[in-house]
Amino acid sequence: MQDSLQSSYRQLEQKSKYTNIFLRWFLYLVLILFASYFIFPLYVMIVTSLKTMEEIRQGTLLTWPSALNFDSWAVAWGGRGYGAGDTFLKPYFWNSIKMVVPAVFFSTFIGAMAGYVLTKWRFKGDKWVFLFLLFGCFIPYQAILLPMARTLGVLGISNSVIGLVLVHTVYGIPFTTLFFRNFYVSIPTELVKAARIDGAGFFKIFFKILLPISAPIIVVTVIWQFTQIWNDFLFGSTFSFGEAAPIQVALNNMVLSSTSVKEYNVDMASAIIAGIPTLIVYVLAGKYFIRGLTSGAVKG
Amino acid sequence: MKTLKIEDLSKNFGSTEVLKKINLEIDEGNFLVLLGPSGCGKSTLLNIIAGLETINEGNVFIDDYNVSKVEPKDRNIAMVFQSYALYPSMNVRENMIFGLKQAKTSKDKIENQLEKVSKFLQVDQLLERKPSQLSGGQRQRVAIGRALVREPRIFLFDEPLSNLDAKLRVEMRREIKKLHQQLKTTVVYVTHDQTEAMSLGTKIAIMNYGVIQQNDTPENIYNKPNNTFVADFIGSPSMNLIKGILKESSNNLSFIVEGSNLEIPVDNYTFKVNDNLNNKEVFLGIRPEHIFFKKLNENDFEIILRADLSEYIGHEQIITFNYVNQELLAKFPSTIKIELNKETKLYFDLTQVSLFDTNSKERL
Repeated sequence: MQDSLQSSYRQLEQKSKYTNIFLRWFLYLVLILFASYFIFPLYVMIVTSLKTMEEIRQGTLLTWPSALNFDSWAVAWGGRGYGAGDTFLKPYFWNSIKMVVPAVFFSTFIGAMAGYVLTKWRFKGDKWVFLFLLFGCFIPYQAILLPMARTLGVLGISNSVIGLVLVHTVYGIPFTTLFFRNFYVSIPTELVKAARIDGAGFFKIFFKILLPISAPIIVVTVIWQFTQIWNDFLFGSTFSFGEAAPIQVALNNMVLSSTSVKEYNVDMASAIIAGIPTLIVYVLAGKYFIRGLTSGAVKG
Repeated sequence: MKTLKIEDLSKNFGSTEVLKKINLEIDEGNFLVLLGPSGCGKSTLLNIIAGLETINEGNVFIDDYNVSKVEPKDRNIAMVFQSYALYPSMNVRENMIFGLKQAKTSKDKIENQLEKVSKFLQVDQLLERKPSQLSGGQRQRVAIGRALVREPRIFLFDEPLSNLDAKLRVEMRREIKKLHQQLKTTVVYVTHDQTEAMSLGTKIAIMNYGVIQQNDTPENIYNKPNNTFVADFIGSPSMNLIKGILKESSNNLSFIVEGSNLEIPVDNYTFKVNDNLNNKEVFLGIRPEHIFFKKLNENDFEIILRADLSEYIGHEQIITFNYVNQELLAKFPSTIKIELNKETKLYFDLTQVSLFDTNSKERL
């Protein structure tokens, strides 16, 4: 009796061992499949950007380049050096930087302030204000193009980097406010009460007490806003043209305006250049991004 | 001069009345505890004293000066919160001197105060630490320290011990008591814990539904509750309230439950009112700890009741008796053996009895 019971347990143990091994391998297989599916386009882009046009024509998409050739990168960034019709990314890259830095800064700052007021200085009707702000998250961009164009025209800042900064700041506020409101809601209001008794005012409480503990949500907001604004094409192409255009618009112009042959290697290099800043932001702040998204309350 | 005086204070949030015509006075050096179930308005009252909430009607005076429209920082008060509310980004030192710095106190004074208070509360070794590196008890000390350095006229405590575990709570309770004994500063302390209230307060104001039910010394609150709410709220288990009527016969007044011949004499009870007591419907209140198994006093009233239920809680036991089909709880040392479902002889200490009107629920 005892023996047969023991051996039946042994059989069960064997069985669960095999099942586990099988499931583990199956899991890895699926993960590898997904990973390659996502990494494939990136691979093609990088490989193609390093090839010469000769190689592109002769090989397949997946062929490894014969040598590391950064010529197309140089062309994408700095152009070929002849006058008219030579589109390259460098000036537009700086346009984008000049647009994205202030726009991210202002939208994040205003969002933080708004979130602070909506949670710690409640007033009559604050729920409605928040609701209308949320509304801003759901209005399709296309719907505001015309009124925004008119507004920029009246303000005299259409087709300028400043105009784009304004558009992106205004359009970012609903999202940034939502982020900060949800973060500040989890911070005990007693903190604000204590500070008021200690004699700190509206701004002092914000800058000295709340802002220093807002790092996680600031990172989330900055990444979100940076990605949104950097990758925006619609506002850029609508409200700017020529020299004031941001990089995404320039990229589009470059790829579409090549007259004779399609230079795939230059196109790919340009696309990668246009995508690098967002990648850098993610790599630098990515771990805070996850932490900020998942962290609810602040300890202490 | 009253250190704190509250006059006809009313407060409502929208259509809900949180406080209704509150009147309250505290003399210098007193420890007033606001006690009540959650939602009774005690925290709102404290916030109003602090100036963190606005007033709908009435006034708050500190040292006879009307502070109803004065900013919290200028009211000469300090507050300790339930969640400690230490500023997370600042270390202990910065936390404690934040208020003094806001008030533009001189550097020397700040250093002096900090040294004195941090030594006094034994947090002088922790000054460079962040709140997240402190234990619950240490955080509480720092929070108290932050209040102390301001040398306020009134300390306000908002359930400061609720976040601590049971053992630490008892320790900190003693510390707060000691603190008050040494400093003799006026304190207003909010809690829902009756043990805390009893052990700390020199005065207790029991609140319910935005009204102060009784404002008295702990002894009077316990022995002479104003109404059935107070009687029921204080004590664990709470006071037995037996429903019955008063009967007057040949100049003797006694309490009986209808349908029984069990009479309890209440001749020696000091009534607040003296009219028309015969046939009045009343609750007879007696605390479980005033029912004895042995005769202790000459005047203890002997009664025989059936024991129905026994709850053993270590140092004592709570026995439920049947008093003419009403439950009557009694508390005995756990060494006493009591058999269930048997008639047991008990003794009521009639000097500790309370009588309440069944309609108004007020003490008679």
